[in-house]
Amino acid sequence: MTPHEPNSRPLLLGGPALGLRLIVLALMSTGLMVADHRQHHLASIRDWLSAAAYPFQWAVQAPLAAWTSASESLATRSRIEADNVRLAADNFVLRLKLMRFDSLVQENQRLRAAGESTARVVQRTLVAEIVRVDLDPFRQRVLVSKGTRAGVFRGQAALDANGVYGQVTRAGPVSAEVILISDPEHAIPVQVNRTGARTIALGTGRSGMLSLPYLPRNADVVTGDLLVSSGLGGVYPPGYPVGKVTAVVHDPDQPLLAIEAEPLAGLDRDPEILLVWFDNAVVEPEPEPESAPAPDATPDAPTDAPGELPAGAAANTPQPAPADPPAPTPPGER
Amino acid sequence: MIRRNRTNVGWPRIVVITLVALTATVAPLPSWLELVRPDFVALTVLWFSLLSPRLTGLFHAWGAGLALDAFRGVLFGQHALTLIVIAYVAAKLRLQVRAFPPLQQTAVILALLWLNEFLLFWIDGVAGHPVTDWRRWLAVAAGAACWPLIAGLYARVAARH
Repeated sequence: MTPHEPNSRPLLLGGPALGLRLIVLALMSTGLMVADHRQHHLASIRDWLSAAAYPFQWAVQAPLAAWTSASESLATRSRIEADNVRLAADNFVLRLKLMRFDSLVQENQRLRAAGESTARVVQRTLVAEIVRVDLDPFRQRVLVSKGTRAGVFRGQAALDANGVYGQVTRAGPVSAEVILISDPEHAIPVQVNRTGARTIALGTGRSGMLSLPYLPRNADVVTGDLLVSSGLGGVYPPGYPVGKVTAVVHDPDQPLLAIEAEPLAGLDRDPEILLVWFDNAVVEPEPEPESAPAPDATPDAPTDAPGELPAGAAANTPQPAPADPPAPTPPGER
Repeated sequence: MIRRNRTNVGWPRIVVITLVALTATVAPLPSWLELVRPDFVALTVLWFSLLSPRLTGLFHAWGAGLALDAFRGVLFGQHALTLIVIAYVAAKLRLQVRAFPPLQQTAVILALLWLNEFLLFWIDGVAGHPVTDWRRWLAVAAGAACWPLIAGLYARVAARH
């Protein structure tokens, strides 16, 4: 690049040579941007580069992670006892809910068999830790510590214990980038759980807020309504909680409602998330390798206990198949 | 403040300093502090450009920009483009800027960082995902405010006079 001595003749430099370099490098940068944005030609190079950056990103957060684990191991006895009491209470409640679960699954499958629609439920999950780096304060994206080696793929849905979290936008060998549902570039098809009305929830760039700009003024939505994923599009498994409606603004001048919702997933505080595999055969009858990785990904993927949920764990909300006419109202719910 | 021209900085040192600046741009911070995090890579590029264009000749700015794009996972090439532009302007103005009093030098840095952010803002808009939050400009002011510190630090660690 610059083989000559740096300080030999500073006054004679920076003339046309520098301007020419600027033009050449600017053209190359523009070419890269166009290739990345328009054609996605750079996908494999991007994956490779993100893999190269990952050790640095990991090293950046290592001190913080070490501090967190150290402070956890030094947690006081009283805090652990308090946690224990709380977890026992949680466990009790969850067991109560589970009592009817098996029979509900059976019933759901029978009903679906009658309607000749396949239940799309999460079959396999993988726990991925969030690497604590700040990628961009105005974009809601996180880096997670699992990549294609663990079977992660582009477009994979991510959940946490409370709801839908986001989807994988880039998968390197040992790390992946996840876009959160609150990112301004993200949109998720949702359904109002109470009425079955379908719409789309857009991210706003703030982690505590989603916006639903596409419902007509006469739509039946009230504050507190639960939004669940509708499963249209095939990225997210249907029936998982996405958010709660926090504000419905009726503006008489506008044909559409301005609705705000709060995501249920702990978007800015989760230490780890669940990457899920589910059978989306309803959307794509001929499963292609990218969208249905389950058959070849199952043998080598980790099947150890913490990440696994039993098949059928998702069937807590009856879902109509996407081919149904819109807004089916479950009988007896209104 | 940056003053001298007679320096001898080797490539390994430039690379290490740039990597440190890169990690500083993604290091986890509380969210309120994250908003005013200076663009350390841009400041580093500006410092070396003001020091001597022969030293790196825009390739440093370009490489640092590509690395920053890879680190943050944004549109590939956008930081590379903006950084070579401000590095070019800084290299053109270096003789005057090095003679400026501290406050004036900081004002030039503010203008260059603003140009950098404006180009990023523009590219984001063209690419179809604009970030219109006004708080993105806070980092520009914070970066300029940090300039005396950064320049003083780099004068010690980067350049042997």
